[in-house]
Amino acid sequence: MSAFLDIFSGANVQWVLIGSLLLGFASGVIGSFVLLKKQSLISDAMAHAALPGVCIMYIIFEIKSVPLFLVGATITSLIATHSIQAIIKHSRVKSDAAIGIIISVFFGFGIVLLTYIQQNSSGNQAGLDSFIFGQAASLVRSDVELITIGAFILVIITALFFKEFKLTTFDPQFAQGIGLPVSFLNGLLLALVVGVVVIGIQMVGVVLIAALLITPPLAARYWTENLGVMAILGGIFGALSGASGAILSTVMENLPTGPMMVLSASTIFFLSLLFGSKKGIALKAVRQV
Amino acid sequence: MHALSVNNLAVTYDKQPVLENVSFAVPEGSLTGIIGPNGAGKSTLIKSILHLLPTLSGNVTVFDEPYKQQKKLIGYVPQRSEVDWDFPTDALDVVLMGRYSHIGWFKRANRKEIEWAKTCLDKVGMADYANRQISQLSGGQQQRVFLARALAQDAKVYFMDEPFSGVDAATEKAIIKLMKEWKQEGKTVLVVHHDLQTVEDYFDHVLLLNKTPIEYGETQKVFTLDNLERAYGGKIAFLQRGTAVTQEVK
Repeated sequence: MSAFLDIFSGANVQWVLIGSLLLGFASGVIGSFVLLKKQSLISDAMAHAALPGVCIMYIIFEIKSVPLFLVGATITSLIATHSIQAIIKHSRVKSDAAIGIIISVFFGFGIVLLTYIQQNSSGNQAGLDSFIFGQAASLVRSDVELITIGAFILVIITALFFKEFKLTTFDPQFAQGIGLPVSFLNGLLLALVVGVVVIGIQMVGVVLIAALLITPPLAARYWTENLGVMAILGGIFGALSGASGAILSTVMENLPTGPMMVLSASTIFFLSLLFGSKKGIALKAVRQV
Repeated sequence: MHALSVNNLAVTYDKQPVLENVSFAVPEGSLTGIIGPNGAGKSTLIKSILHLLPTLSGNVTVFDEPYKQQKKLIGYVPQRSEVDWDFPTDALDVVLMGRYSHIGWFKRANRKEIEWAKTCLDKVGMADYANRQISQLSGGQQQRVFLARALAQDAKVYFMDEPFSGVDAATEKAIIKLMKEWKQEGKTVLVVHHDLQTVEDYFDHVLLLNKTPIEYGETQKVFTLDNLERAYGGKIAFLQRGTAVTQEVK
């Protein structure tokens, strides 16, 4: 037990804990809108597509810089979403297949670039190899500071545009009718998703970050019928998943962090599905009796 | 001065023309029913007037000013089926959405706005449902929430897209009462409507549409069998049978 507590007294672990809490909170809040907009799969494609963008930036500039990664990830994620829309519009391919194609193409390309970096430069030292499944233990203080600031900014922006996001999600036509800039707001939400992906890439990895966006708000939906409460609860569930995933992967050495976070989030979701106070299965069963 | 004037509007979808040469001008304080067969472009017309769809050509003016400068004067009741009613919110919150352009960016609704939204719910007989989840409302009640939201907009020109489709008697009455009130207040209303049986009761103006306006004007002059035949073409036999069915139901 004391060995367990010792781990928490380590400065690095405390940093990781703070970072994972905030990252989880931001992804849960933003994920609430993604989920209600029915863009879960699109956000997964965007996360996977962020990998080649980040790698290209590293190859060009040879430094690990979050602002540069943000630019690269935004560019490739946007290319991915536009490609999905173009495929749906100009061919007979349906949206699920279009998303499937784009995810694999961009992720495959990202893996190729990542392998190239690892073989040809100091990519291992930069921690780029952990970008696939995430490794909290590889974070240093400056990484966590960036996650903290980034998560804070993302949550503030979401709170500022809460009312407008709500209306464009619920009824985009009415929103446009009263003069809200709907395309701008949709673009802003996508940008927030890219923001979560980029600040979370080292800790969670691109493969599973979409699960951290979707699962906590999905669990929250079982407890409330109010969007504001859902977003905050989604944030809390995300923070819990993030922190427990980070701790578990640090305590049990060499476990990847992303999968541990997603397993934590899935546990919360499963409990909510069963016992949620608004839509839980147990509640329905009790009502029927 | 006309409340609404549409000039040479044309809309295509997948390179197929959906609306062509649409020009008409609606007098202030009138109640217009937009009538036509399925696929005539009725909903498309409303949406393109409201700039929700891209148009190929044409322009829209509201009280002689370009539409974009007059957005605050426009109220809109979309088709109920176009939104996801499982969205986590309540009736009052939906009505408040009609006030967002008045509330402005980065601000929350204040007490005055909330009171006004409650008044609007009360006017459509939904005062008791303010805090009810929208997923738990009946179809007619959902329609009345949309009406209250339009009411909350406090607009001068209202567009409604098939408000009567699939609603109960109480909701139908609420819609008719509201339209009459709007007319008395000098507001202008355009309604996409399906039931030919009720056109003469509800509307003082009619736009007969089939990809292009067949006729526009006062109901008694425009709503004639001749004109209906021109708008509905060969489907008129079916139409008369449909009318008979409606009478039976009544």
